[in-house]
Amino acid sequence: MRIFSADDLIGPIKRMCIECNRVLPDDVRVRLQALKEEEDSPAALSALEDIIHNYQLAEESQMPICQDTGMALVFIWVGEDVFLQGDLEAAVNEGVRQGYTEGYLRKSIVSDPLRRVNTGDNTPAAVYLFRMPGDKVKVTVAPKGFGSENMGRLKMLRPGDGVEGVKDFVVESVKLAGPNPCPPIVVGVGIGGNFDKVALAAKLSLLRETGSHNPDPYYADLEAELYDLVSQTGVGAQGYGGRSTALAVHVEALPTHIAGLPVAVNINCHATRHMTEVL
Amino acid sequence: MEYHLTAPLSLEDSKKLRMGDRVYLSGTIYTGRDAAHKRFVEALDRGEDLPFPVEGSVMFFVGPSPAAPGQVIGACGPTSSYRMDAFSPRLLALGQRAMIGKGKRSPEVIQAMQDHGAVYLAAVGGAGALLAGCVKEAQVIAYEDLGAEAVRKLRVENMPLLVVIDSEGNNLYESGPAAWRAENGYA
Repeated sequence: MRIFSADDLIGPIKRMCIECNRVLPDDVRVRLQALKEEEDSPAALSALEDIIHNYQLAEESQMPICQDTGMALVFIWVGEDVFLQGDLEAAVNEGVRQGYTEGYLRKSIVSDPLRRVNTGDNTPAAVYLFRMPGDKVKVTVAPKGFGSENMGRLKMLRPGDGVEGVKDFVVESVKLAGPNPCPPIVVGVGIGGNFDKVALAAKLSLLRETGSHNPDPYYADLEAELYDLVSQTGVGAQGYGGRSTALAVHVEALPTHIAGLPVAVNINCHATRHMTEVL
Repeated sequence: MEYHLTAPLSLEDSKKLRMGDRVYLSGTIYTGRDAAHKRFVEALDRGEDLPFPVEGSVMFFVGPSPAAPGQVIGACGPTSSYRMDAFSPRLLALGQRAMIGKGKRSPEVIQAMQDHGAVYLAAVGGAGALLAGCVKEAQVIAYEDLGAEAVRKLRVENMPLLVVIDSEGNNLYESGPAAWRAENGYA
């Protein structure tokens, strides 16, 4: 049994909040470059060039890629042989507080959804806790902007709607979102589970390496088909019209009830920021 | 077409712009998001003046990240414009000439743009560092308590923009994807 003090998360989370807001991950860069090479619409191509130039400038000038430095989503997997000692949420929030304050990141969190007073330090973070084998602690920080978050949708389909119903819902969601979530987007799709688990599955799919495939060949094929359908909407980078609508479509499936077929779409923008460290 | 314009804008400036035109904007512009726009409308309802001259003005929907030492402003890409849809017609009626943002606008806003000869310009969403380079001076002029959402007066140089909705109601967010689908056989 390894004893791990929650306070040892503060430093890494602070560092990750700052770095992943300034340095776009390689998986996203690869996809942006590929879309740029395929795009033939001048307006969308120009937008892609600006998007690529922007993340280069951000890294050089130590400035955030996007002014919406997000709600801090912090995913923690605690090894089964780890005894995690202390107040986990307090430690995560301290790391976020230090990162957002010292890194000159925008404070975008209000303490109450209706009374709307800014907390001033971007806390509280959204904390997600999981277990995994071993004696390590794995942490993923993924700042999430709300231009894309606001375009998320969830529907309780009927089992009879089947895969066609899922495809229609995903394409409809991308069309309705149009330019709003800052395309090219990552489309995170959850299928199955229940009302809340399906939303989490969609969210977790966004943490995957952008453009990676579901290990189940059935769902890998569905991802490829959905990617084509989403591209055929012609939304294009920034919604100006073109083929560069999506960086990727990721699907995660869960067991569900005989009476249900939940589906959720959680969208991420082209500034898909995520960073993982194993402690 | 490509235009180099200086804000504030004349009616002639805004009415000559057509969907798809590129604009490099210099001059003085103002910032505001939903919280500030709510206060603008409340001020107008009370018969008060707005904290900036609205005639000919250009409004940039943005909540910048904080400036680090030595920077004029932090990252400052556009925010989603639809959140200002309930408020924009009121400002357009008072002579606001252009809005800079990203994403869709409501039919009511587009109608008000046609009624008053205004344009909607898109900056590339998420290009926060790139757009920060166009901002030469920044000053909070109202609602400082709103933090990132406070109203700022910016002096900008050659800010790269695209006319997405012009004063005749032509809308690139509709016609751009439709044209691409038609050309590629997905209509």
